[in-house]
Amino acid sequence: MKVPVNITINGRRYQRDVEPRQLLVHFIRDLGGVTGTKIGCDTSQCGACTVLLDGIAVRSCTCLAVQVDGSSVTTIEGLAPAGTLHPIQEAFWNTHGLQCGFCTPGMILASHELLRQNPQPSDEEIRHGLEGNLCRCTGYQNIVRAVREAAFGRGQ
Amino acid sequence: MYSSPFDYYRAATVDEASALLKKHPGAKLLAGGHSLIPLLKLRLAAPPALIDIGRIAELKGITVKDGTIRIGALTTHADLAASTALRESCPALAEAAKQVGDPAVRNRGTIGGNVAHADPASDLPTVLTALGARFTVTGPRGTRTIDAGGFFTGMMTTALEDRDLLSAIEIAARQKGQGMAYVKFSHPASRYAVIGVAASVTVSSGTCTAAAVAIGGLVPRATRAASVEQALIGQTLSAGTLARAASEVARDLGTDILGDLYASADYRKAVAPVWVKRALAAAAARGK
Repeated sequence: MKVPVNITINGRRYQRDVEPRQLLVHFIRDLGGVTGTKIGCDTSQCGACTVLLDGIAVRSCTCLAVQVDGSSVTTIEGLAPAGTLHPIQEAFWNTHGLQCGFCTPGMILASHELLRQNPQPSDEEIRHGLEGNLCRCTGYQNIVRAVREAAFGRGQ
Repeated sequence: MYSSPFDYYRAATVDEASALLKKHPGAKLLAGGHSLIPLLKLRLAAPPALIDIGRIAELKGITVKDGTIRIGALTTHADLAASTALRESCPALAEAAKQVGDPAVRNRGTIGGNVAHADPASDLPTVLTALGARFTVTGPRGTRTIDAGGFFTGMMTTALEDRDLLSAIEIAARQKGQGMAYVKFSHPASRYAVIGVAASVTVSSGTCTAAAVAIGGLVPRATRAASVEQALIGQTLSAGTLARAASEVARDLGTDILGDLYASADYRKAVAPVWVKRALAAAAARGK
């Protein structure tokens, strides 16, 4: 069985016939051709595949493409207009909030979700809000600094 | 990881979902997918078809009316945690929902999917068992209600039958003098409950008049702690009383205690009274 789906990725519409078992993360990477979204644990524990679905953070490895037919997805590539950085991306850059970079797209989108719900989080709230995202380099200190900078400005 | 192939149908109403269940034997209902999709990907389940009920509007939302809270099966953990009405009328459930998984999981996972899956390490079944929730189920012979005591029948097993659809869950709203809490010893990676305890105590003129306690995580299904409850009723809830009541939990756990590499059965059994005591203390502090 193939099912027609219509998913917008970073403002561009993709109309495709997919197998029902196709995961959203594969739709994004293989059919959409944008590969910033990573597949880490593939069991919804590591957060590397986090994307925004109609503005809300979800795990694209635990979501079928057919389920989100008609929705709009924002990946790390679409967070800011081409050639520019979103303030959260800027903050990760400034504070060296990444090492190997594998967790970074998910970490930034999870940070986006955290700040959407709580624009001025304490350090404890930042850690709690990012608990679903694992950094295999263990670079958490600078990730927390990055979110703090994104929330409160530089030098905080 | 790809699951086995399956067919996919989307239902717009409960009636449509029931008709699709009848037409496609062996089909599974799909809500948020946060219990079912991992099972499919691990190939622990391979149903021939999924029926997506995720867009059925009548299954969403929380209402509080005449002392009863009604929660639609498609209400997400994030909605439960953020609901002012729920935090007021059933704080233990809102508190438990806030501790499920992580923010992205809570944005998609639903209360109906969670309880239908009945993972022993899940949080919501423990709270719903303590509070005597009632589950509204639509099946081939119409709609019926199942009590929490009869709903969770074993590890990953419920009283739901093949063509049943869980539509809503009802709980009595908190009453005057009733304090409730959910506390959890969570696994640091998965955030599943190693031990979860839900407690409710009602205090009148300084004396405990009603108590409801359930424990999850270390037993195959959420289990009422009757010995703990009995040790509280009629007592003044001093620290000593709470500690003595908590130590009774050993009698309520049965012989089938779960263990894993992270926390052995013996360890969980030994530490359970500590978590029961914390839940009782939090509930008692709110019940005054």
